[in-house]
Amino acid sequence: MIAQVNPFNALEDLTRRRFLISSGAVLSAGTVALLAGRSALAAEYGRKMDNTQADVQILNTALSAEYEAIAAYGVGAGSGLLKKPVLDLALMFQHQHKEHADLLAKTVAKLGGKAVEAKAKYDFPIGKLKTQNDVLDFAAGLERGAVSAYLGAVPLFRNGDLSKAAASILGDEAMHWAILRQALGENPVPAAFMS
Amino acid sequence: MRTLAALPVLLLVLMAPLAAAGRQPIGDPARGKVIYERCQGCHSLAYNRTGPRHCGLFGRRAGSVPGFAYSSAMAKSNVVWNELTLNRFLSSPTRMIPGTAMTYAGVPDPQERADLIAWLRIATVSRTECPHVEPHAR
Repeated sequence: MIAQVNPFNALEDLTRRRFLISSGAVLSAGTVALLAGRSALAAEYGRKMDNTQADVQILNTALSAEYEAIAAYGVGAGSGLLKKPVLDLALMFQHQHKEHADLLAKTVAKLGGKAVEAKAKYDFPIGKLKTQNDVLDFAAGLERGAVSAYLGAVPLFRNGDLSKAAASILGDEAMHWAILRQALGENPVPAAFMS
Repeated sequence: MRTLAALPVLLLVLMAPLAAAGRQPIGDPARGKVIYERCQGCHSLAYNRTGPRHCGLFGRRAGSVPGFAYSSAMAKSNVVWNELTLNRFLSSPTRMIPGTAMTYAGVPDPQERADLIAWLRIATVSRTECPHVEPHAR
């Protein structure tokens, strides 16, 4: 049985003031960046922007991408091209993206920021989606890119708990990608490392 | 004799651009196409997503794609995209333009950046993906 966990639990009792003055959080983010070999990058990024402001920016970019993923799965599910059980899979992935988005938006608010909103309209290559496999391939491309986007965000967070939470979402999106590849008849795990 | 003495200096001056060019790896667009998959969480060639579309990227002023809501940092950056500015930006977007919404650590490997830029050079003027790019940009 898989337990439902909130990857942002560590931030539940966070107040904005505590966040701003917590040297422990800064040290934690620095450690993450150091492990990723990007210590100078993380340090410089933090110097040029307020720590919280910088983290809110990262969270909002992730939130924008999650909203787009929700819309993309909506297009796929509504296309009539997906048959069960693939349709159920797409709806489950969409639901998980909604969970990511909800949590990201709440975290932005908790940090005193303003969460971005979903766009009224998204552009997707709908004309190129003719078969179930076209939809799966399109979704796989988005999920693969999302893994890289989170991978690129993790070392930038100033708060180590946020890095951990983003890595938790990354893991989920990597699973989506692998399962979509499997459904397409491709090697679900084509490499030992992601970049 | 004086001419001979000046020869090493002259050679250094003439070879300096070659040496500088040698520091920049030659990009392979085929490898760059694979690296571009990393960008597709937020970008596409033809349409705006979490990030702006890439068609017509080279020679374009940063923050200028119509209909895309940029960060004020990007909108005010006064950067024009070319091989040099892209190489710098892609190495660390948040270092070059603090406040950018492209909160991505970057592509630290110079060869990978060169490959990606070589791919972008071709793909962003593709007649199929980018039919609306001005002919002079091709």
